[in-house]
Amino acid sequence: MSRHYINSDIKTESRSRIFWLFSDSWVLAKRSIRHITRNLDQLFSVALFPIMFFLLFRYVFGGAIDTGSISYVNFLVAGIFVQMLAFGANYTTMNLAIDLQRGIINRFKSLPISRSALLIGHVGADLVRNMITGLIVIGVSFLVGFQPAAGFIDWVLIFVLAALFSLAISWISAIMGLIVKSIEAAQWTGFIVIFPLTFVSSAFVPTETMPFALRLFAENQPLTHVIEAIRSWLVGTPVGDSGWLAFAWCIGIIIITVPIATWLFKRQTL
Amino acid sequence: MRLFAFLKDVVDCLVIKMGNEMKKKNNDRLLSGSISVENAVSVTGLKKSFKNVAVLKDIDFNIQKGTVVALLGPNGAGKTTTVHILSTLLLPDSGIIKINNFDVVKEVDKVRSVIGLTGQYAALDEYLTGRENLQMIGRLYRLSYKDIDRRTDELLELFDLVHASNRAVKTYSGGMRRRLDLAVSLIASPPILFLDEPTTGLDPQSRLIMWDIIKQLVSRGTTILLTTQDMDEADHLAHKIIVMNGGKIIAEGTSEELKLRVGSERLEITVINDIDFERATKIIREDNLRTDKTSRKISFATKGGVRQLKQVLSQLDEANIEVENISFHSPTLDDVFLTLTGHLTNAEGENNKVGLS
Repeated sequence: MSRHYINSDIKTESRSRIFWLFSDSWVLAKRSIRHITRNLDQLFSVALFPIMFFLLFRYVFGGAIDTGSISYVNFLVAGIFVQMLAFGANYTTMNLAIDLQRGIINRFKSLPISRSALLIGHVGADLVRNMITGLIVIGVSFLVGFQPAAGFIDWVLIFVLAALFSLAISWISAIMGLIVKSIEAAQWTGFIVIFPLTFVSSAFVPTETMPFALRLFAENQPLTHVIEAIRSWLVGTPVGDSGWLAFAWCIGIIIITVPIATWLFKRQTL
Repeated sequence: MRLFAFLKDVVDCLVIKMGNEMKKKNNDRLLSGSISVENAVSVTGLKKSFKNVAVLKDIDFNIQKGTVVALLGPNGAGKTTTVHILSTLLLPDSGIIKINNFDVVKEVDKVRSVIGLTGQYAALDEYLTGRENLQMIGRLYRLSYKDIDRRTDELLELFDLVHASNRAVKTYSGGMRRRLDLAVSLIASPPILFLDEPTTGLDPQSRLIMWDIIKQLVSRGTTILLTTQDMDEADHLAHKIIVMNGGKIIAEGTSEELKLRVGSERLEITVINDIDFERATKIIREDNLRTDKTSRKISFATKGGVRQLKQVLSQLDEANIEVENISFHSPTLDDVFLTLTGHLTNAEGENNKVGLS
């Protein structure tokens, strides 16, 4: 058989819409996951940042912070872990903005693919990257003296909440990636939103010493609930309302942001 | 008098009626004609503005199945916008555009499954290998894994990329990228291909390879719409050339037809000094005369006849004007534009750049 530029034997498969949504998303997630391994700089920078923070707070500021009955290192792990998830999601903003700027978006747009597949691919790959860096951060925490009291069920709960939280933040980041006009802007938008959220929370210090208004915000914002829940499961203190509130926030954010992101993406790419 | 007026009315009436009859007959003929010739692409009344700047002003054209049409024009003429609308990347403001009889607005997915697009900038993933790029797009075109593997091997070999197939695209040269980009567009063997400036920025050898590939594609029945700024390229590849400028079609025809309007070749005379230049411009009276004061060049359309050359030279000789240099050259895009619009392409391009990607 002669090889040629055009081969009319090639036929497309016909399957249901839902099958192709999953298939297209998987193909594009696989692409983004390959980027993680081909572009190790990005993975390192995601992992390195929280490790630096970890060491900074553990050894420089930590001695001056009073966390009551639990040791500061045990207090700190949950905060660093959640901060890392939040900053990691910023790569959804970046990678999406990069795709939209480059020629490849025109290729994707001219294909008969499911419209939200590219978004799902990016968010999915981010989840994988966050899980890898999450394991690295937990690994480092043992090296600096972390002693968890979590049982199997606690670890499962931590894993599920971390995944949901990562997805929620990634979808917010996706919206920002669709709104910003340049890759440079994508780099700092994440910080504008995520910096105040992580620092005005119980990530690094107990909220009791904050001024009233700040404390009101810090104690009721989603990151604090996620941090408090993970901290309770890690060190074995009662979780209280933070447990269900953390899940509710994450699921709520996902329910709201997915359609907004999809709508924005469709509007931009037809 | 009244009888006369009555008769005049009757005659007028008859004339109008006959006119209508004839118009109708003409329309019928045109209609039956458009049915017998199958169009892969048909564009009627296409308009597009970006932020109140009209980029496309009422574009109409058809592309017959299995032929190559070149959109020729300077930057900002609206070529890329046209291609983007035809390949469903942009919505038209108005107009009816059909690709294989599918409407680009209402039947987007059907249009997308019959087209391939290669843009001005290689639409490839830098971190993936050549093979992975082909496989990814193959699956997004909804081919079976078996077909994807077969087709990937086939295309890597045809485009001479086997040796680089497992290397990341970021290590590829410009020519290799362009070849891979076209290979990716062909993975699902689309019957209609849009090539946006396929050879811009390529070295001469890669350009010839690209031309060869395009010719082979057409010989196998692919319909191609390509954009170019290069008259020579349009001349080599296209069955029909559509000249665009400022969002309008200013000429349409085969390269022979266009060249007839421009003059098939130009004769360029350089005189020795500025005073002679001024005098020479008054003496030479030829078609499509163009003068350039700074380089003291005078050029005009010629059929390449020796007699014409002799005549012009003897005129200059009689006036005692010394000639520094004489040369023939084939018409360039600039010549086409000057003839058709009376403007230089660059100036036009600047005016119409707004809002174009």
